[in-house]
Amino acid sequence: MLEINNLHAELEEDSGVKILKGLSLTIKPGEVHAIMGPNGSGKSTLSYVLSGRDGYEVTEGSATLEGVDLLEMEPEERAAAGLFLAFQYPVEIPGVGNMTFLRTAVNAQRKARGEEELSAGEFLKVVRAKAKELQIDAEMLKRPVNVGFSGGEKKRNEILQMAMLEPKMCILDETDSGLDVDAMKLVSDGVNALRDAGRSFLVITHYQRLLNHIQPDVVHIMSEGRIIKTGGPELALEVEENGYADLMAEAQA
Amino acid sequence: MAVLDETQMREGVDRETVETVQSMAGTYKHGWETEIEMDFAPKGLNEDIVRLISEKNNEPEWLLEWRLDAYRRWLTMESPDWAMLNIPEIDYQEQYYYAKPKSMVEKPKSLDEVDPKLLETYAKLGIPLKEQMLLAGVEGAEEGRKVAVDAVFDSVSVGTTFKKELAEAGVIFCSISEAVQDHPELVKRYLGSVVPQNDNYFAALNSAVFSDGSFVYIPAGVKCPMELSTYFRINAENTGQFERTLIVAEKGSHVSYLEGCTAPKRDTNQLHAAVVEIVVLEDAEVKYSTVQNWFPGDENGKGGIYNFVTKRADCREDRAKVMWTQVETGSAITWKYPSCILRGDDTQGEFYSIAIANNWQQADTGTKMVHLGKNSRSRIVSKGISAGHAQNTYRGLVSMHPKAKDSRNYTQCDSLLIGDKCGAHTVPYIEVRNASSRVEHEATTSKVDDDQLFYCRQRGMDEEEAVALVVNGFCKEVLQELPMEFAMEAQALVAISLEGSVG
Repeated sequence: MLEINNLHAELEEDSGVKILKGLSLTIKPGEVHAIMGPNGSGKSTLSYVLSGRDGYEVTEGSATLEGVDLLEMEPEERAAAGLFLAFQYPVEIPGVGNMTFLRTAVNAQRKARGEEELSAGEFLKVVRAKAKELQIDAEMLKRPVNVGFSGGEKKRNEILQMAMLEPKMCILDETDSGLDVDAMKLVSDGVNALRDAGRSFLVITHYQRLLNHIQPDVVHIMSEGRIIKTGGPELALEVEENGYADLMAEAQA
Repeated sequence: MAVLDETQMREGVDRETVETVQSMAGTYKHGWETEIEMDFAPKGLNEDIVRLISEKNNEPEWLLEWRLDAYRRWLTMESPDWAMLNIPEIDYQEQYYYAKPKSMVEKPKSLDEVDPKLLETYAKLGIPLKEQMLLAGVEGAEEGRKVAVDAVFDSVSVGTTFKKELAEAGVIFCSISEAVQDHPELVKRYLGSVVPQNDNYFAALNSAVFSDGSFVYIPAGVKCPMELSTYFRINAENTGQFERTLIVAEKGSHVSYLEGCTAPKRDTNQLHAAVVEIVVLEDAEVKYSTVQNWFPGDENGKGGIYNFVTKRADCREDRAKVMWTQVETGSAITWKYPSCILRGDDTQGEFYSIAIANNWQQADTGTKMVHLGKNSRSRIVSKGISAGHAQNTYRGLVSMHPKAKDSRNYTQCDSLLIGDKCGAHTVPYIEVRNASSRVEHEATTSKVDDDQLFYCRQRGMDEEEAVALVVNGFCKEVLQELPMEFAMEAQALVAISLEGSVG
């Protein structure tokens, strides 16, 4: 599904600040991978570089989605190709109804893929069903995108967008940050409901607790722009107990 | 259920925008011209031209004198220079002040007799001159709505629809030249009573040479059975358009009026100096909406309409209410301050505005709320959007006179900047001359946020779609005040006028 090979990236401003330093990763269809790592290890940068945000320059390496070069595409083309990023800090768009936003996004992607757009009726039916599963009520669908949403509401809204857009490759960037236990359960249930043989996940997190809810197949530890260790779910538990220091020392040795 | 259905309605509108924008990949879409034989008055301006215009319209003596009086006053006045506008010198002798399609010289008796070329022009603009139901175009809207149209082509009114049905309700809706013939007492009584001939330089010019425009009279207690609209089209080259609109709402009456404007693309500038007067009597309510889309000039600032407009409503009696809504996307230069004189007690004035300036456009626009009556209320919501090299100024006066006790004003001015070569300015004038009134002013300036655009694009929208969505969100409070048909056109316009402003 997603194949990242020796990826190097640096900030466009402050040139010379290298953030990704030879990162490689392969995610097969249907797999859930988790990336853990200390602050400043480049986890969020990885999600931005993959989704095409301005401000980063890829100096070396490649990233492909189902064999197609991601790095050559505009952000909206990557989205239409099936890449979805659940933002760590979902953005507020005043005056734009959540429904309007969702429908514009869904139809933009369908159009880009040469599919027929959803009619208002069909769209409404699907949204209602999916919103209900995430305990998002009609009122929240009407409100402007993320404006005045609580932390939990914002993250549930991200998952609703994901459910509506039905991406192939989902990146969750610290989706657990700012969530209480109940909200984390709700969000995790939403994600688990979307797990499917044709859909892969890359879950970026600081803490092991999210991985109790979203069980990963593979866990990577990232430090200083590279993957320093890869293992099964037990690796996350090890981090939880001992912190990153041992692993980092081990990697340098 | 009810909540979601409402969502669906708005949904339809917003989606429409996006589709319309995508279908109009070009820029200004009304830039074509109609080839038609015209009857021009000689170029230039003097008393003979004023007499000629009056004669062509077969006007009574008093109106000719009124025009000449205005002309003589105009000669003594100077073009205003206080706006934040760079106005090139205008040679008033290089303009035509009267242009009429030859086929209109003998006035057609009904729409069936109107030159097909003119009818085609309006059809192409999407203006229904056939008396048909205008479908609201919104999913879920089961019934079409009727909108009566008065179409003004250069200097003359081409025709007015639904006249008979309106007459049955007692409503008079016709061109002002017809009103002068058929209802001279009304015209004489109200013309110039809100905007006097010498009000300002451009109003004086208009008073001297206005050729046509719309006249609306709503009798006491009548709720106008349909929306009224006037569609202005400048077609002829080097021709100024000076229309004059007069609306009188008698006691307890109610009317909603729409105005739309377009012009062909030309590389010379054209002059448009209109006057709109509204008289609102006791308990009456007038809603006036404008979508101004005159040709704004090209991306290098060549050509475009100079739009100098005086619009004023006089809430002459108690509890009269007026609401201005404007979407100003066109014109090279806009100088326009639709105002409310809140003369009666408990009167209400509202002004909702979206002004977009892209490329080299200049806009200096706002309102005046003059509180004279007790307990009068006003509300101003202005959304200014600047892109390219444009300069966009909100200029507004709120004045509380000594007798306007317990009056209130709330003003909100928001500016949005796209790019780093444009400017947004807010110039509020506040005068409070009694101790019991309250005036509130809030102003914000923001930039279209890269994070918002990236968020939209990560969800699959392209950059222009993303900008249109964010800007329409910014304008929402004003857009929702527009009648439904206009709201869709306006949303589409917002997006189109910003094309090429990012990236």
